[in-house]
Order: sequence, then structure tokens, then C-alpha cells
Amino acid sequence: MLEPVLEPMSNHMALWSLALYAASFVCYARILYAPQVWLGRLASLLLAAGLAAHYFALLDRSRATHMVPYDDLYGSMSLFAWLLAVTYLALEMIHRQRSVGAFVTFLLVVWIALLDLAPRVISAPPPAHGALFALHVALDAWAYAAFGLSFVLSLVYLVQDRMLRSRRQGAAFWRFPALDVLDRMARSSVYLGLLLLAFGVVSGFIWQHRLTGSFGLGDPKVIVTLVIVAVYMAYLRLSRSAGWRGARAAGMCALNFAIVLFSYTFVNLYLTRFHDYF
Amino acid sequence: MSTVSKPTHPADSTRVRIRLALVGCNHRTASVELRERVSFTAQQAVEAAAELRRQGILEEAVVLSTCNRSELYGVPGEGFAAREDGSAIADEMEAFITSYHGIPRADLSGRIYRWTGADAIRHLFRVASGLDSMLLGEAEILGQLKTAYGQALDRGLTGPVLNRAFQGALEVGKRVRAETEVGARPMSVSLAGVKLAERVYGNLKGHAALIVGAGAVAEQVIEHLCNREIGSLQVVNRSFGHAVELASRTGGEPIAWESLEKALAAPDIIVTSVSTAGVVLTRDMLNHALARREGRPIFVVDLGMPRNVDPDATGLYSLYLYNIDDLGEIVEQNRRAREAEIPRAEALISSHIAKFESWRATLEASSIVDDLRGRFRQDRDRLLRERAGRMENLSVEERERFASVTNDLIERILETPTTRLRNGGQMRGRLAAIEAVRHLFGLDDSGEGVGPGAGLDKDQE
Repeated sequence: MLEPVLEPMSNHMALWSLALYAASFVCYARILYAPQVWLGRLASLLLAAGLAAHYFALLDRSRATHMVPYDDLYGSMSLFAWLLAVTYLALEMIHRQRSVGAFVTFLLVVWIALLDLAPRVISAPPPAHGALFALHVALDAWAYAAFGLSFVLSLVYLVQDRMLRSRRQGAAFWRFPALDVLDRMARSSVYLGLLLLAFGVVSGFIWQHRLTGSFGLGDPKVIVTLVIVAVYMAYLRLSRSAGWRGARAAGMCALNFAIVLFSYTFVNLYLTRFHDYF
Repeated sequence: MSTVSKPTHPADSTRVRIRLALVGCNHRTASVELRERVSFTAQQAVEAAAELRRQGILEEAVVLSTCNRSELYGVPGEGFAAREDGSAIADEMEAFITSYHGIPRADLSGRIYRWTGADAIRHLFRVASGLDSMLLGEAEILGQLKTAYGQALDRGLTGPVLNRAFQGALEVGKRVRAETEVGARPMSVSLAGVKLAERVYGNLKGHAALIVGAGAVAEQVIEHLCNREIGSLQVVNRSFGHAVELASRTGGEPIAWESLEKALAAPDIIVTSVSTAGVVLTRDMLNHALARREGRPIFVVDLGMPRNVDPDATGLYSLYLYNIDDLGEIVEQNRRAREAEIPRAEALISSHIAKFESWRATLEASSIVDDLRGRFRQDRDRLLRERAGRMENLSVEERERFASVTNDLIERILETPTTRLRNGGQMRGRLAAIEAVRHLFGLDDSGEGVGPGAGLDKDQE
């Protein structure tokens, strides 16, 4: 049963988070061309502030609608964006590398802007709640965020590779991480995504079994998820083989994310029976 | 015994001279022959700075001498402090250079630049930033500046002004390199090749390299690679003897020319510089090497002329090939990019000069107030001496009270100017006000005893 839901960007916090992410993007983009230490720090600070505002936006919305973020596509996409930003910020702190920030925050801004296009309805709430269900959804959303990050890293790889081969290096070229670093970061993200997805899927199966006595293996969402696992496993395998290692593998990794998006949106909205909530 | 209590002021023990003076020559003003004649070894630089202090020419001194410049930086000594135009101190510093090196003064005529005050600071900051270097933005100068300053500092040859100036220079030098493109991109063919390899592999530490041929540029590439602690270096040459010789100099491993094709699979970086005509590495050879590497990329720098690597190899997947023209074009792009960044670097320098000037203004303010106090007391004492006959009937107590009251009056008159000179308004305005006060009260005429210690107290002691 579908019911209307609150205006998605109704609260100020959501707008604040979008504004902060956009400001952060401007700073990250600027440091690619005119690197300044204070500007880089400001970019990270704005991203962190955006994350905080985003968190309160999610919290406010959950309180107002009496539901967890993943009950509808809007909330789920919003949660995804938040997890993506958190994961990126952690990677940035670990690698002390801000040159990918412009791409990640650009994706964030576009993603959040697209939230308004998400259907403003929620499905009937799932038949049961609980820690296991929450774990299932959170792990899967986090896995998708990790795949999202590998998508961004692979795109940067392709841009960098193209610049190297074209022999015309722009100002940003000398600021990007090396191809090898991007490749390893993308693979790490995919490993993380697969690991999270594995735990997420297993917890989902257990929860489904407890609820219905079956595993719901025939559900299109499950099938598409298995396809996702397969294509990312193939990427991990091919990215270390002759003929694929490098740009082709990066292209494959970027394309794989299209299947994640397909699973996230179209499958959830139109195909699945058990996953018409998010 | 003093009849009047002395004013307590933190700066009243020294009168601060804060004008910086600089005399020197560089690659723009002097030929290499002349630069050689006026250059200082590290030891000589320290000795010369000490000598400049000993002779009273400079109070603080640092001598910077590199292959492209010899410069004396310093704070004028007592005798030159009050001379505002700076020509006397510059003459003296120039004379020192000629006498130290034993060269006729005429040889330096027109070859020397002389700066004082903010101009000297700007020059120092531009030098530190690499803007005054022959190779725009080069990094070595910052290290050389740090060393020259460090040695002078260790010997106690610097003071508050040079410490502040050189620390500011090191800071601005780092900032210009970190925040602008002035020093960011490689400016030589050899370094461009290595930097491009880093765009593929990241840190080159532990990677393997193969050098084919032994051209001069290849040796520069080897030097850059060794600086990055590459894992292994193989050298191959048509003449095995040359390969052995180059390998022994660079810590590499010589291999026979016949083993070249077999050796291609191991290295991540291949540098070719074979002078004889013809292609040395064919597309097929490189393709086989890539196949044996399971797709791991090979980065090839072809420094040969004519080219040593088959141009068709460019299309091979996982192969990054750059010839001498490609690298030359990249260096040219980088040169243009560096030049385009000069205004931003200059803006950074200006902001640091403003910081230095602000510090100078604060210090000057303390100094000028002390000078003013000295001047007022001196005038009061002169007046008292002139009127001494009319004050004979005053008792000691009355004289003491009179001195105390006039001291209080002087302090009250100085109260507002002190506050305004130290804290008020823009730095530029404060410096102008300081100069105006100096001029209005005749404090810039000479050092004739005007100072915090001058006045009634000293006379009566």
C-alpha cells in the first residue's frame, strides 16, 4: 500500500547539507588547479559539516515520518549518499589524498539533487523490524556506497590514463593520485563492498527465513544482487590479468556500478516483491 | 644617585635598527666568470659574515652564495643606522666584497644590486620562492638558503631582524611551492620522464629500471631514479665495457646487448638513449615483454635521436611511451604554466612582506617612542641649564619635584602617540606615522645621544 510522504527536502538541514557538499565540491575542485593547504582543509571541513547536517536531516526526517531512512527510495538514497561521504572521508584521512574529493563531492551533489526526482511515496512498512533487518539494510547500503566510491576512483583512473596517453597534461594531472594508487584504492573499495554485501545478504536471508520460512531466492532483487557480486568478482579477477589490467578493468568497474544503480532504483521500484521497501 | 625614577619600558635597553640591507649579484647581473670570483664557500660565507660584524659594518649578517648568486644580507651597524637612503651601508658592503675577494671595484660596477628595507625583503622572499632563479621555481635554492641561514644562526651572527626575515623567507618559499604551480611541474626532460613514471606507479621505490644506451640525459634520468631508491637498475649497451662502466658508477648491473630482449620483461621503466641510427626496441619485442608481465604496465622513455623505440608501439595496451619531443613539449607546457603562476606567487610574497612590515612597525613604534622620550628629556635638560641662574633659590626637594612633574608631563604627552603607533590603524599608516614623527622631531638627523637613556637622570648622575 502506498502512501504520500513528507516533502523530501522539506527540512532546513537537508538543504544545509546540500549547500555544504556543494561548497566542499567547489573547494576540492579548486585545489586541483590551485592547491592551497588551507583550502584543502576547508574542503574537508565543509564535507564533515555537510555530513553532520545530513545526519540531522536523516534523523529529523525519521522522527517526522516515524520510519527509518530505508523505508523509501528517498531515504535510502539519502542514506547511501551519507555512507558514501563517510567512507570517502575516512579514506581521505587514511591516504592523506584530497585529489579525488572533487569527484566524490560532485557525485554527492548530483545524487542529492536527484533525490527530488525519487518517487515521493513509501511502500507499506516491512512486516518486521529489528536489529537483523537494520543490519541487513545498513550493510547493503554501505556496500553500495563502497561500490560508488570504486566507480569514482575508476573514473579518475580513466581520466588520468587518457591524459597520460594524450601527452597533454592539464594542471590537475600532476595533482591526481598515480594510476597504481587509484587502481589499488578502487580494488580496496570493491573488496570492502563485496564483504559488506556478503554479510548484508546473509543477514537478509536469515531475517527472511525467520519471517517467512523461506529464503526468497527467486526474488529479482536477490538475482540482481548475485549478478552484482559476479561482475565485481570478475572485475577483481580481470584487473590482475593481461589484456584487462589497467584502463579496461577501470572501465569495467565503472560500468558495474550501473548495475548497482539499476538494482537500487528500477528493481526496487518495479520488479521485486520482497524489496519494494529499500 | 638618580634624582628621577627612570621610565620602565621593555625596549629601553636597546634601540632597534630594523632596516635590512642587501648587496649582491646574480646570473642576471654578472657573468659566470665574475660570479666565480665573488663566490663564497660555506666556510667563507660564515667567516665573511663574522668579519662584517667585527668591522661594525653590519650588526646581523648572512652571506648566501650559490652557483647563481652571491649576496650579503644584514642589518646596518651603529654608524649606518640613521642614514635613511642606505647608500652608505651599501657602499660599505660592496667595498667589503671587493676587498674580501681582492678584485678591483670597477669590475663590479653595474654588476651589483643594492636593496634596503622592504625592497631587500621582497628580493629575499623572491629568491626563496625560486622566482629569482635561472630555472624558475627550482627547489634547490630553498635548501641553500636554509643552510646559509642555519650556519649564520649557529654562529650567532643573526639577530631578531634577520631571524624574522629568513624564517619568513623559508615559510614563503614553502608556501609558494605548495600552493602554486611555480615549483610543481618538472622543468627538465630527464625529470619530466621520471615524474611521468610516478604518475603511473606512484612511489618508484623498489621498482625496476633498465637503461639502454648511455647518453648524457639518460645519466640524469638514472640520477633521478636513484634518488627515488628504485629497487634494481640494469644497464645495457652495445659496448659491454661502457655498460660496465656506467653500471659501476650508478650502482647498477651491466647486461650483455644480446640479452636485451630477454631482459625487457623485468623492468617497469625503460630508458633508451642509443645514439646509433635505427630502432632498438620493436613493437613485437615490447609486446612479448608485456605478455610475459601479465599486463603489468611498462613505462618507456625514448631519449634517442633518431628514436630508439618503434613509434607503432604507442598503441600497445599497458605501454606508456614518451620520446624526447613528447617530453620537450611537456617541459614547455610546464614552463608556461609556471610563468602563469608568477602573479599568484608574488601575491603570496606580498602578504608575507606585509606580515614582516607589521612586525617591523610594532618594533619601530617601541623604538620611536623611546627616541621621543630621550629627545624631550634632552630638551628639558637643555632648558634647565639655560635657566639655571633663575632657579638657584630652589631647594633639592623642589628640584626633584620639578623633575618628577616634568617626567610625568613627558609620559602624559607620549601616552596617546605610544598607543596609536603601537596599535592603531593599518600597518602602512603606522609606518608612515613613524617616519613622520622621526622627521618632525628631527630624530632621523643623527644618533646624537637621542635614546631612552638620554636626559636629566644621566646628566645628574
